[in-house]
Amino acid sequence: MSMNAAPLEFRSEELLADVIARLIGDVRHVAVGNASPIPATAALLARERGKGRPYVSLLGSPKNTFWTDGARELFDCAGQGRIDVFFLSGGQIDGQGNVNLVSTGDYEHPKVRFPGSFGSAYLYYVVPKVILFRVEHSRRTLVPHVDFISAPGVSEQNVFRPGGPIALVTNRCLFSFAGGRFTLASVHPGHTVEEVIENTGFDFDRLATVPETPAPSPATLALLRETAAPQLAEVYPQFARQVFGVGQAALSS
Amino acid sequence: MFQAAKSLDDALAAVTDGCMVVVPREVSGVPMAATRALIRRGVKRLHLVALPTSSLQADLLIGAACVATLETSAVSLGEFGPAPRFAAAVTSGAIKMMDATCPALHAALQAAEKGVPFMPLRGLIGSDVLKYRDDWKVIDSPFGNCDPIVLLPAMKPDVALLHAPMADRFGNVWIGRQRELATMAHAADRTVVTVEKIHDGNLLDDPVLAAGTLPGFYVESVAVAERGAWPLPLPDHYAADAEHLAEYARMAATAEGFAEYLDRYVYERRAA
Repeated sequence: MSMNAAPLEFRSEELLADVIARLIGDVRHVAVGNASPIPATAALLARERGKGRPYVSLLGSPKNTFWTDGARELFDCAGQGRIDVFFLSGGQIDGQGNVNLVSTGDYEHPKVRFPGSFGSAYLYYVVPKVILFRVEHSRRTLVPHVDFISAPGVSEQNVFRPGGPIALVTNRCLFSFAGGRFTLASVHPGHTVEEVIENTGFDFDRLATVPETPAPSPATLALLRETAAPQLAEVYPQFARQVFGVGQAALSS
Repeated sequence: MFQAAKSLDDALAAVTDGCMVVVPREVSGVPMAATRALIRRGVKRLHLVALPTSSLQADLLIGAACVATLETSAVSLGEFGPAPRFAAAVTSGAIKMMDATCPALHAALQAAEKGVPFMPLRGLIGSDVLKYRDDWKVIDSPFGNCDPIVLLPAMKPDVALLHAPMADRFGNVWIGRQRELATMAHAADRTVVTVEKIHDGNLLDDPVLAAGTLPGFYVESVAVAERGAWPLPLPDHYAADAEHLAEYARMAATAEGFAEYLDRYVYERRAA
């Protein structure tokens, strides 16, 4: 940040959307699952930057999905390699990239039950770039070993696996993922490496100097607020109102 | 073969105690009026399959002690939070849980639809979802070179239960683009449908409507239930009743609150 410019005012959701949009990169098709407003914001931002590329499928949005062959079409599409980026989260995520969407404690006598694995036990294997996203960065969520593997971070050599995790985005930092391990790639403004170590339950690699996550540029903030947010309001009205202060566009019917 | 139902309860006769029932996900047309009728009737020991996930419907049936086994990929109230009766029943061991992943349920029904014994599916290997499913098997692909792949046995539910915008007097049901409803019906032994309204004429006479029609050949009975998905949405017809769902999430957080919810909205007993 230059010394003479006033620091930009932005919300953490905007920073995270910017980080995720960069991870998406130049691809053909991004799909976003249910209950994922920040990844959805990022996908819409990527689409604006790419002037319509990538194609964005937002589950739960009739305007932003083309499926006509039922709920299986998403999975069939992914199985053929027609989806390049997907997002997963987890009640627990561990250092090997395993995600747990099922329960804590013993599976047959769980302490806490989460909703379930959804499509993770399939999509994690077949979508080339899976971005893990968990806002809460704590030793409760980022654990040494998950209690239940909804989907593993890595597979044996002979298991068909064109896909898998490329990164983990939290409210404190960005980790990249390769070779079965996370590397601390950058720490978000206002957070520190020490704080990341303190709040992470698994071991990870890091360089001697860890860069700060770049703040979103004025152009990015304008795109987010003026172009992406109104589109987001169709699918995530509450989130769009709280974060961007925009309401849903008037419905035609 | 198709018979016009005299009433909702009449249509639901096929859903007997202990049977396997497949129901659709929240955005496909969830038969909520039928679900409340089943609870009022006191149906027991269902093997409930939610294709591929569920929200209020599974939570209600589980809370009302109608379910012995739940087979699905997730149960959640979405933006209204976790499904409280589901979570309580799994942690207490009140129901048997068969955790799946979304495409596995679609594929298992597709196997039944085709009349073949199983369907292969990628993914799953190395997950605990597979580890806890004794009924799923891994083989070395006969067309590969050391290529393990999961096989899912065909799933043949006793009943497919769904809600749709309309049906005609021949049992043809218009499902539009919610094609998984057709897969459910093709796979199940019997299909019971509730609809918003009856369409005059034959849906199969119009090629545009016919493309989105589940033929009456697959349908056992149809009953009219206006706003039959309430408080869940019916795509392209009405939105979810967010206020009611928030109230449900609040009340169902405790067993007592849930019992009160059943009294008020399912049994429709008046408060004293």
